[in-house]
Amino acid sequence: MAGSTLASPSVDPVVAAPASAPVSPGRETWRRFRRHKLAMISTFVLAFLVLGVVIGPWLWPIPINDIDFSAQLHGPSWEHPLGTDDLGQDILARMMYGGRISLAVGLAAMIVATIVGVIIGAFAGMSRKYADPALMWVTDLFLSLPQLPLLLLVIYLFREQLKALFGVEGGVFVLIVVVIGGLRWMPVARLVRAQFLSLREKEFVEAARAQGATKLRQMVAHILPNALGPVIVAATIEVSAAIIAESTLSFLGLGFPPDIPTWGRLLFDAKDHLDSAPHWALFPGASIFLTVLSINFIGDGLRDALDPRRVI
Amino acid sequence: MATYLIRRLLIAIPSLLGISLILFTVLALAPGDPFSEMATNPNVPPEVREAIRASFGLNDPILVRYLRWLSAMVQGDWGFSFASRINVDTLILQRLPTTLFVVGSSQILALCVALPVGIYAATRPYSVFDQIANTLAFVGFSLPTFFTGLLFILIFSVSLDWFPFVYRSDIAATGWRWYWEMFRQAIMPITVLGLFQAASYTRYVRSSVLDVIRLDYVTTARAKGLSERKVTLRHITRNALIPVVTLVALQMPAVFGGALVTEQIFRVPGIGSLLIDAILANDTPVIMAVTFVFACLVVLFNLIADVLYGWLDPRISFS
Amino acid sequence: MKDTEIRGLIADVKEGSLSRRSFIKRMAAVGIAAPIASQILVWNDVAMANATLPYKPTKAGGAGPLKILLWQAPTLLNPHFASGTKDQIASRIFYEPLAGWDKEGNLIPCLAAEVPTKANGGLSADGTTVTWKLKPGVKWHDGKPFTADDVVFTWQYAKDPATAAYTTGSYKDIKVEKVDDLTVKVVFTQPTPFWADPFVATVGQILPKHRFADYVGAKSREAPDNLKPIGTGPYKFTDFKPGDILTGERFADYHIKNQPAFDSIEVKGGGDAVSAARAVLQTGEYDYAWNLQVEEEVLKRMETGGRGKTSAVASGDIEFIILNTTDPNTEVDGERSSVKTKHPTLSDPAVRKAINLLIDRDSIQKFIYGRGGTATASFVNEPKQFKSTKLKYEFSIDKANKILDEAGWKKGSDGVREKDGKKLKYVYQTSINAPRQKTQAIIKQACQKAGIELELKSVTASVFFSSDVANPDTYTKLYCDMEMYTTTQPQPDPERFLNQFTSWEIASKENKWLGRNVSRYSDPEADKAYKAAQGELDPAKRAALLIKVNEIFCEANVILPLLSRTRVAAAANNLMHDHSGWDVDSWNIAAWYRT
Repeated sequence: MAGSTLASPSVDPVVAAPASAPVSPGRETWRRFRRHKLAMISTFVLAFLVLGVVIGPWLWPIPINDIDFSAQLHGPSWEHPLGTDDLGQDILARMMYGGRISLAVGLAAMIVATIVGVIIGAFAGMSRKYADPALMWVTDLFLSLPQLPLLLLVIYLFREQLKALFGVEGGVFVLIVVVIGGLRWMPVARLVRAQFLSLREKEFVEAARAQGATKLRQMVAHILPNALGPVIVAATIEVSAAIIAESTLSFLGLGFPPDIPTWGRLLFDAKDHLDSAPHWALFPGASIFLTVLSINFIGDGLRDALDPRRVI
Repeated sequence: MATYLIRRLLIAIPSLLGISLILFTVLALAPGDPFSEMATNPNVPPEVREAIRASFGLNDPILVRYLRWLSAMVQGDWGFSFASRINVDTLILQRLPTTLFVVGSSQILALCVALPVGIYAATRPYSVFDQIANTLAFVGFSLPTFFTGLLFILIFSVSLDWFPFVYRSDIAATGWRWYWEMFRQAIMPITVLGLFQAASYTRYVRSSVLDVIRLDYVTTARAKGLSERKVTLRHITRNALIPVVTLVALQMPAVFGGALVTEQIFRVPGIGSLLIDAILANDTPVIMAVTFVFACLVVLFNLIADVLYGWLDPRISFS
Repeated sequence: MKDTEIRGLIADVKEGSLSRRSFIKRMAAVGIAAPIASQILVWNDVAMANATLPYKPTKAGGAGPLKILLWQAPTLLNPHFASGTKDQIASRIFYEPLAGWDKEGNLIPCLAAEVPTKANGGLSADGTTVTWKLKPGVKWHDGKPFTADDVVFTWQYAKDPATAAYTTGSYKDIKVEKVDDLTVKVVFTQPTPFWADPFVATVGQILPKHRFADYVGAKSREAPDNLKPIGTGPYKFTDFKPGDILTGERFADYHIKNQPAFDSIEVKGGGDAVSAARAVLQTGEYDYAWNLQVEEEVLKRMETGGRGKTSAVASGDIEFIILNTTDPNTEVDGERSSVKTKHPTLSDPAVRKAINLLIDRDSIQKFIYGRGGTATASFVNEPKQFKSTKLKYEFSIDKANKILDEAGWKKGSDGVREKDGKKLKYVYQTSINAPRQKTQAIIKQACQKAGIELELKSVTASVFFSSDVANPDTYTKLYCDMEMYTTTQPQPDPERFLNQFTSWEIASKENKWLGRNVSRYSDPEADKAYKAAQGELDPAKRAALLIKVNEIFCEANVILPLLSRTRVAAAANNLMHDHSGWDVDSWNIAAWYRT
């Protein structure tokens, strides 16, 4: 496991910090990150996707809901670079518009789920008294809740209030991020707790404890960095899961209004035309794939950059 | 250890009671009612709609309904389905074998793919094998099962005509033919579900093996002259298994709960499709029974995972 | 036409060289009315039913298994508890009514020997009694004879409120008397022009007294036969797993000697409509799939596979939009959309007229529903004699703009029309269903061009169609400006269907929003015409009155009909089947065969 018996204490990052630090830790991390080729490429790909969905709709002249029955299910052409759907609407325009929401939802829900999961998992993993069973009870409860009726209940209770507070799209956005994040933190919490149970007994933590590090410091500075491996994997999976979950939610009436073409929704709408119009499914599918891929490599790069044992 | 187990099991009882109360409340408050089709039917006069609601006790306060449910459950009565007018336990038992078979097999398939691929990829990071395995894994969890399932149907049922895509729980054949037919109809749902699961498992296995593989004790083991195989299996894998055990423990209740989307696509009569039908028809007794059994399994497998952590890493103590 | 000639023709029908329909047509040509012609055949022992499907096989059995795929799975097999069409289809395989409806809206006898008419003494002149003659020699699956006692029992069973049968509405206000072992008399409390409801079609399936006698009232749910039916139908029950699969085998003693053609039947449930169509049309795993709400484009492509064909039959179901003339945003006495309020903009008839002009019904039909619906401007479309010939639809953005301009609605800086600070911005709600969301998109775009902004909202069907008092999103609450859904017309007679246009049925807090008039619009003229129609025994006058009710609502542009829905089914190429928009798909399943 991460942080298992270390041969010499000098390898441990915090216990024995380097005597002289020529550059600040932030710049050092950035230097190391830049060396990770895939991570750098991924950063550019993600930036390109983000720019595409943010600026794209301003530049592309065709509106997203321009129905043209004479151009049903056309493949890619100069006029419609990504083809059209079954109402003759331009898929590029729809992808760019819906991508804003998909990317925002995917990233925001990932952040919510990861942060909640890490905090709950860390506290449960550190506790030797009542916090662990209590927090695990909450985790078990959330794992057992049937999601569909719960979602219907949430819409029913909160939609109108949130709509009044944040407007139609803003309210739905907050709701979706909270719902997806709030219903998907449990695996992260369990993973982090399991890592903590193992790591908290390790020598380097004992050493830190002996040196008088507070519990919080032990958690944040010593154990957490060593428990990040599975968290990064979980976070990347979370992004794709959230993008797809968003489309499922709109079928429950919880998501965005039906005329907003998010990537997950495009993929779902395209499935019945998979044999005759594969382009319709290909582009949203590829976008989700690229997003997940680049986020994962960025995560890998960050971990390598933060791990001082690795010589880059 | 024994006292620890007994203590945990005792704690499980009140915690399950608490969970069941919350589940019941959520279901009772959730919108929709079991007699919605009736509402659009001009043949049913309002007073009859009211009488039917009353006859199923839907107009009582939530707490009264919960206590009634709880006392029946304790006596082994799982309730009575509104939609099928049949006992809930019969309904669940009809679905259980299929669910265990399909979802269980897919979990085994996922582990059989993910463990070797993940470990091998991690021992050779950034090699060609690793890159291919990674790319496939990303494709695997970027595409939802409704999509891959359909792709499989189009390829293997429609174009190639190899497998049927409607799963039948009663195959009219005996002997080896029965096994052959069973294999033909189960292969697609199991593969779709197994590969989706394997994609994320592979990533976790690779990541945790990578975490361990560079540690000093592994170098020590190699320096002692142990074979690479022994180092990988005995020294690396055992220590890398904690996240995998956590994930498998998280997935085990699903072997009972079924896999909703895949069951819908291939018409597998599993618990997942029972649950979704029950939810859409607002058949509360069925939803409650299935989710409650699910909750029991969640709690149980969490406990099993904790015990396994202690076995994998003896320093973990639960005092 | 002489006796001998008629006998010759009857012989032709028996041999199969002349179809029943052509026989009835020839009789009509010489002045013998259809019901009488049909009875001539009965008297001469020619199999009843099958006005729309000539039955070719000469003996029962031998055609192997019949495999049916329903994408909603049946969950129970008691027709009087059947909460949805899926359950009614499944139970109709085992239980039968006295008569059913064919696809043209004709009443076809099943357990009755003949359809009651005035001529055969079945119908009283004052319209208060119906006398049914039962078919002799019919046996239940356990060998016991079917008699008038079973019919009377079915009435007692269904009318008891404690039984909580879904069919109770058809039985609670009537009396049923046994005249002799093979004759029953139905007595209505008032003259009833549409008498073919109790014991007919989906609500009319007869239960065996000897199996259900102990399970009337509160004990009804304990009856073992709720899941293991013993009926009179063409197939005997073998096995049933609720929500999954139902199997049956041929009943050797079926009351039509040469039916059914298949040896066994299997009904598999679950999945979705598109893949059900695929299993019949593309892979041929199943023989028949029902209710294919599949986009035309997808369906056409599957048909090119060549393994199966689709068929569509007319029904009275209508997809329509309600424009709310009450205010959904103001709460009065604890309810929104109360009749005491007026909608700030939709109460203006000009706005409603403009919106009606902005619906491109032809494109919606052509590109979305295809064979699944016919564009219409009339709320009632079937049977044809009840359809308004006056109502016409039109799609014209220019005309809509002109009407709005004339009415003083001016475009603001954001392109949305307004008058006195009130903007033409609406929430347009429907249930979640792919064709409906596409329809919403098409209408939204047209409205945008005329300066009307629509916010689309979709609610999951299990909530939208529920009668949950606490939920604001149910369709009867109408907490929105525009709402779209399909309403079903259960019989080939629109009287009960049109009660949603009467003032006493307005949905409100008082009746827990269970009232059938969701639009909340009312007109004393419509009320008057509806009441008159209820007691009018002359079919022509009655039809005129009901058409008037329909026209009042459509001309007020409160109800905007879109499509008259059809029922689409897919069948294997070699399957001869017969489905009807007025009855369940299995209404005539005994007569299905393979070529």
